[in-house]
Amino acid sequence: MSSWDQYQSTQKIATRNGFGDGLLEAARKNPKVVALCADLAGSLKMDLLEKEFPERFFQIGVAEANMMGMASGMATCGLIPYTGTFANFSTGRVYDQIRQSIAYSGKNVKICASHAGLTLGEDGATHQILEDIGLMKMLPGMCVINPADYAQTKAAAMAIADYQGPVYLRFGRPDWPVFTSSLPFEIGKAIKLKEGSDVSVFATGHMLWQALEAVRLLEKEGINAELINIHTIKPLDTEAILQSVCKTGCAVSCEEHQRNGGLGDSIAQTLALMHPVPLEYVAVNDQFGQSGKPLELLDKYGLSVNDVVDAMKKVIIRK
Amino acid sequence: MTKFAKMNSPISKRFVKVESRMLNQALFTVYRHPGQGAIIFCRLDRFRLYTFALSNMKTQPELEKIASQIRRDIIRQTWSAKSGHPGGSLGCADMMTSLFFNHLRFTLPFKMEGKDEDVFVLSNGHISPLFYSVLARSGFFPVNELATFRMINSRLQGHPATHEHLPGVRVATGSLGQGLSVALGMALAKRFSGDEHLVYCLTGDGELQEGQNWEAIMAAAHYKADRLIAIVDWNGQQIDGPNDKIISLGDLEAKWLSFGWKVLHANGNSMKEIDETLTLAGAMTGKGMPIVILMKTIMGFGVDFMMGTNKWHGVAPNDEQARLALEQLAETLGDYQI
Repeated sequence: MSSWDQYQSTQKIATRNGFGDGLLEAARKNPKVVALCADLAGSLKMDLLEKEFPERFFQIGVAEANMMGMASGMATCGLIPYTGTFANFSTGRVYDQIRQSIAYSGKNVKICASHAGLTLGEDGATHQILEDIGLMKMLPGMCVINPADYAQTKAAAMAIADYQGPVYLRFGRPDWPVFTSSLPFEIGKAIKLKEGSDVSVFATGHMLWQALEAVRLLEKEGINAELINIHTIKPLDTEAILQSVCKTGCAVSCEEHQRNGGLGDSIAQTLALMHPVPLEYVAVNDQFGQSGKPLELLDKYGLSVNDVVDAMKKVIIRK
Repeated sequence: MTKFAKMNSPISKRFVKVESRMLNQALFTVYRHPGQGAIIFCRLDRFRLYTFALSNMKTQPELEKIASQIRRDIIRQTWSAKSGHPGGSLGCADMMTSLFFNHLRFTLPFKMEGKDEDVFVLSNGHISPLFYSVLARSGFFPVNELATFRMINSRLQGHPATHEHLPGVRVATGSLGQGLSVALGMALAKRFSGDEHLVYCLTGDGELQEGQNWEAIMAAAHYKADRLIAIVDWNGQQIDGPNDKIISLGDLEAKWLSFGWKVLHANGNSMKEIDETLTLAGAMTGKGMPIVILMKTIMGFGVDFMMGTNKWHGVAPNDEQARLALEQLAETLGDYQI
């Protein structure tokens, strides 16, 4: 058994639970942390903070635009507001509010978004935003983080309190394997889970687990992949990416997002400018999702473990 | 800089009563202290007396002099930049002059967080020529910088922004309907921090067609944001024509009242009335309800050919028009150099 097999999952917990726990910890540490929520405190586990610090919890109701503006005003006056709602309502619905009142105005607001991607499941495509990473990373100065599991989401929710500037923190709904507890989290710093020489696999969010499973499967076939977790899509750890592809000569990106504008495109840009090598995307290809169970949806839209395996094999041939 | 103290103290016998009358259903009394300029007292009910003592409060003629210069600045900025929004800027010039020179308690140099001072948000960011002039004339940045309005590498962007670190601007505005939410956030943050200073927010009337405003109006009442004062520039005009023709605002007073706000009215182009209404609004803060001043103004006020029409909403005067406009506006504090 190789050393990287330490990344086993003993339990499944949703990343949104990591957010709730991390937010509470951040609030305990920093008295300036406050939370705003658009009628989804239970879904985002913000009720933990509400219970312990009721005066620091602001229920805004179903009014996301107002929530973003209020967060901007609170940040102006020195607080560190965390806004909470689903990813769809955290980004697309309020893009102009974020753009003008938060990003352009340079406000220290933490936009925290649950139920991102396909894996929210049965609620269907109205709620399954697959464009949010692209929307948010295009905003100048916006930091974009998509942690992989409960532990990383908790660490990220705490770390962003100390980060000066607007942040988009993206996480999800379903119970998901917890396996990164032993890994240090630092905003903007990619994490190498496994050394390898044949192909670089860059994965973010829930797809890190899928990629991990795929790398394990291919190791049995003698393919030695390097697995890197890009939890921070912006600022992108280009150094880690380039170092890896210089060694392996090809790459696969894995994300629960549209191919257009996601992590893969950020990597493609880096490669095109600095070190062109073949790249395969594991991402949704210009489609809306639909209702279903999380794993069924990942399967249907090309984000299964087998899809990662296929992408790795394909890109190695293209070298 | 205006020093503004709010006290609940009995009136000293040394004050001389100037006049007393009803304004917005409140008994409003102006006293004058011999040697200390104007002092305004305001009795809101028979039990409580609110005293506003402004150590160097400007008199109405003084404010009107400043407003005239600010109107010149508006004309000269938009003329020089060959773009911008003179109409709404001219209409709000009296209120903004009164607010910044007699009411807003601020400190310089500018500090973004605005702790222990009043803060102001301009939601209708397109009237930036007015905002910039008032900021410059009240000491936030050099008056000569007005010459850079809308020019490349200027801190005076077409719409107000924080990105270039212009003192006095706390949030970018211009995309309409967002300022009141930001102001509400500031008001709640101030309360959270134990700071009893006020938050003022000016919005346009056409801007109230943006739904986000009503989200903020509802939330402000819910949170009893009683140190938030919204001011609506109710000139009845927007780019494409009169509000009533575009999308009628309906009974604006009834709307704000039903959302749980205290509503005041003022003629925004009467320096006396707007100055007193701002005093009254200040006196009404801290009583569990947010306050709105529905301020009737005339777009383009002060320049005869720009008045009462939407034509000058977003059109800059040419050389001849600027000359004609400036002839009507006395130079009182000295023009900045172009």
